[in-house]
This record gives sequence, structure tokens and C-alpha cells, in this order.
Amino acid sequence: MQTSLPSTFFTASPDYGWIIILYFFVGGIGGGALMLAGLLRMFGRPEDRAYIQIASVLSLIAAVVSGILLIVDLSSPLRFWHMVIQNHTLLPMFKWWSPMSDGVWILLVFSAFATGAAAQSFVDVAWVPKPIARIVRVLTMPALVTVGALGGIASGLALAGYTGILLAATNRPMWSDSAWLGVLFLLSAVSTSLAALLLASHWRRVGETPTREWLARFDNITLVLELAVMAAFLVSLGNAAIVFFNGWGVLLLLGVIIAGIVVPFFIQRRPSHGVVLPAVLVLVGGFLLRTVIILSSEAVHVVGTQVVR
Amino acid sequence: MGTRVLPIVAQSAAPIAPRIAQPSSKPEPTGFFTDTTICIGCKACEVACKEWNQLPARGDGGAHLEMSGQSYDNTLRLSGDSWRHVKFIEQFPEPYEGRWLMMSDVCKHCVQAPCLEVCPTGAIIRTEFDTVVIQSDTCNGCRDCIGACPFGVIDINHVSNTAQKCTLCYDRTSVGLEPACSKACPTDSIQFGPISELRVRAEARAVQLREQGETRAYLYGADPNGPLGGLNSFYLLVDEPEVYGLPRDPKLPSRNNTKGGLLSTIGSVVLAFVGALTLRASRMREVSASTHVEE
Repeated sequence: MQTSLPSTFFTASPDYGWIIILYFFVGGIGGGALMLAGLLRMFGRPEDRAYIQIASVLSLIAAVVSGILLIVDLSSPLRFWHMVIQNHTLLPMFKWWSPMSDGVWILLVFSAFATGAAAQSFVDVAWVPKPIARIVRVLTMPALVTVGALGGIASGLALAGYTGILLAATNRPMWSDSAWLGVLFLLSAVSTSLAALLLASHWRRVGETPTREWLARFDNITLVLELAVMAAFLVSLGNAAIVFFNGWGVLLLLGVIIAGIVVPFFIQRRPSHGVVLPAVLVLVGGFLLRTVIILSSEAVHVVGTQVVR
Repeated sequence: MGTRVLPIVAQSAAPIAPRIAQPSSKPEPTGFFTDTTICIGCKACEVACKEWNQLPARGDGGAHLEMSGQSYDNTLRLSGDSWRHVKFIEQFPEPYEGRWLMMSDVCKHCVQAPCLEVCPTGAIIRTEFDTVVIQSDTCNGCRDCIGACPFGVIDINHVSNTAQKCTLCYDRTSVGLEPACSKACPTDSIQFGPISELRVRAEARAVQLREQGETRAYLYGADPNGPLGGLNSFYLLVDEPEVYGLPRDPKLPSRNNTKGGLLSTIGSVVLAFVGALTLRASRMREVSASTHVEE
């Protein structure tokens, strides 16, 4: 019966689609990677430099790709700057109560820290031209390293988590029927960034170190937290959970929960586990999570007066 | 035979109440009251809106006009190029027993507007008439307002590539004219005027209908203490809101901000601490193991 549907079902879809799914995925990995680079810089060993380099580069690439994706997604891309500067007054544009406005500034700050982190991690590399290395060396002053690491951790986590809050700050089915989406995306982002770092360090042939063991162990803790938050999210949906009573729900259960969380958790618990399979599963699960969350809600629309899903 | 010039005896867009034609420093909030019980589904409002605002036809506007094929409603939804939509609700449980409900839908110009709340560019503004307008030269088409609107009103106009919706004919009302749709409505189903007057008129009409036996008559969105602080475009309905494709309990998008932000902050702090502590512990284990080996 249409009268029993939540109010959020009588709305129109913003049609975010694949570009935003990809942005949420890439931005999440970047945010988590910068947090990991910051943690390793502050609490890691000198031998962790290779991991810090990879994590910093991942976050810088993610910052560039995220910016491009967000601009391309606009209906009027040349007006992207209206997000940060008011076109009528040329004053800064910032609305703290609008998660999209927050997100734009978070991405800007994150990009600055990601650039700084990448520069810091490449300062001693032989192929960096000397004049540039001399400028960048300023960034390796101990105080600036600490500021960079702390800023990277904070801005990385903010980028990883705001996307779910952005979806919740709408009136769309399921997205806005729960407040748990932000923390769910945050945990998934950190988990996928750990997987990406494990995979990249494996491909870069970074040696078997205690740090790799720590990355896998931290990933497992994150996966457990993600599963708990997923359960809280689904319960909090109430009636709105009917968006998952179809193929999307099957994909959520099999692709995200089983293949993307449970299976890699058990593989990584074994002492002799490989790196590639669990990491790939976590990455695929993280991508599917964003796909299911966005597309299952966007499938709901009103034709005439009838809600179609 | 020479061309004969017809004398103009009246204008279709004649000024309305002088109070609006010559506004004081703060004009009274204006809006629409739509009495759905006298809507005849003629769609004059849709046509008048399209003509005045120069909105394109749906589809390619030519040989391939989109038809729903299942109703007299071929507009189907409000969109970037259809700012008025006459809904047809066919309630026919038996072949010779039933009724047609019709409702001319439009932007509700909410007193607390969700679209205005989320817009990250400042493109959406509240006018001196308490109506909500999207400035097309500022909007960059991020679509945040589309998902935020609890009524599914806003959409991208593919000519301007910006989000668009009813302006409550700001260009007409600001010079003292009535909006095109209400001007064209032949039954006065759509009435334009100061909100306070419209509320009195609407309440009287609802009472009249209930006295005549239509006990289901009620006002949707007229209560200033109701959802979103009331709607500046409100309706007289004779069935549940959902039957008209309207939400029962429209809300502001910011309702999740505090709780969602708090949960994410707690999650971030937990992750950072767990990461730091486990990394530190891993390093301590390593140091302790190497000390044992040296001993």
C-alpha cells in the first residue's frame, strides 16, 4: 500500500550514478590512505618509509581524480568555482550546515595535506631536481611533519566520512532514513584504503614486514566494526529497508557483506594468508557497497502519483 | 481593405491587488491555495506556465512527443521544463463507481525550504514575497537540491543546464501581476494572494465541504506550525497525501546532520586511536623480540 510508504519515497532522484559512485570509492581510499600515512609517520618505524610513500601517492592521486570527477559530474562544469567563491560578490562560499559545501572545503584541505605528504615522502629521492628538493625540504622540519601527519589524519578521515553524511542530508529513500550512513562509509573507506595499501605494497615488492601484518590486523578490526555498523544501519532503516527487497538486497548480502567483509576477515585471520585475494575482495566489496547504496535508492521514483521501485 | 487595429479593452495580465502592485518595505508573504476539488484537469496552468516562462516541450518537442499511454496525465512529473503538473488519480474500484481526483502540483515554496538549506553555491534564495527562487546564473547543476526536496519538485533543465523550478512568477509578481498559472485557471482551483488571506479562504472552503458531506476534506501544508513551517503553496485534499503522491511528513535534510556527524566523529576517533595503539603495540613487540635475540 502506497500510504504505508515513508515520506522519503515521494521524492525525485538527483541521478548521481556512476561518476559519484566512483568518486565515493576513490575519495574513500584517498582519505583512508592519508590517515594511514599520518599514523605510520607518527607511530611507525623508519623502515616504513616505503609504505608512507605509497599511501601518500595514493592519496594525492585520489585528490586529483576526485576533483576531476566532481567537476565532470556538474551539469555546468565551468561553474565549479561557485562552490568556493560566490559568483556575485567574489566572497568565499561556505555553508557549514550543508554537507556538500563542507565536502568541497574538506576536499580542498585534504588535497593540500596530500600534496604535502607526497612531497615529504619524496624529498630524498634521487630523481627529484635539487632546487625543488631544497624547497620541499622545508616541509621535513619536525614541527611541520607532525602538523602534516595530524592534518592528514583529520582531513583524510573527514573526506572518508562526509560522503555518507551528504547522502543522509537529503530526503531520498534509505539515504535519509538513517544517520548511520556516514560512519558506515567511513569504516568502508578505511578498510578499502588498507586493502589498497596492502595490494600496492605487494605489487611494489615492499618486503614482508611487521607493518604489513599490522595493516592486515587493522583491516580485520575495521571489517568487524563495519559489520556491526552495517547491522545498526539496516535496523535503523525500518520501513525504508524495502529498497533492498530486490536484487540490490541480494547484492548487498552476497557482494558486500559476505564477499566484501566476512570472507576477507576469515582469510586474513590465518597466519599464512595471502595479500592479494582478501585485498581484492575488500576493494570489490567497498565499490559494491557504494553502488548498492546509491543505485538502489535512485531506482525509486514517482510516476504520476505512483511510487515505482 | 486596410488593416484594422483592434482597441485594447483589457489585458490578460492585468495588475491584481494594489497592495502587491505597490509593495511596502516588506511585502506580505504570497503564495498559492489550490482547491483540488474544483480542478477539472484542463492543464491550462501547465500551458500558461510553459508559455510565460518559455519552457520547452518534453522529449524533442516535435514528432516524438512522449505519451504515458496509461492516463490523461502525459506530463507525469514536475521537472526542469515542467514547473506545473496536473496529476490525474483514477479511483475506480467498480466500472460505474468511482471518482477522478485532479491536482495541479507545483513547488511548495516551503517556509523552511530544504533546497535552500543544502544549496552549496547560494543559488537558491528567498524573495521579498517569502517565495523560493533558483538564480540560474549562480547554479552549477550539482543536484543537491533535487535530492533534498521532499516533494520531488526540482530537476535539471537541459537547456540551461541548471536546476530549475517554479519561481512563483517572480518577474510578474514583482511588478504587481498575478502568476501565469493562477491567472489562466478557469475554475479558480489555483488561487494566488497573501498567505494569511488564502488560509482563511481555504479553511472556510474545507468547512463548507465537510458540512456538505465530504468529510475527508482537509488542508495540506496550511499550518504554519506544521512540517517545514508551513507551505506557501498549500492544498485542499480529499484523500490521504500519499494518494496524491505527496509525503505525509516532509522534513528538513539537516535532521540527520547532528547524529550523523556525531557518529562519524566517534568512528573517526576510534579508528585513529585503534590504529595508533595497534601500530605502537606492533612496534613494541618487535623491539622486545629483538632485545630477547640480543640477550
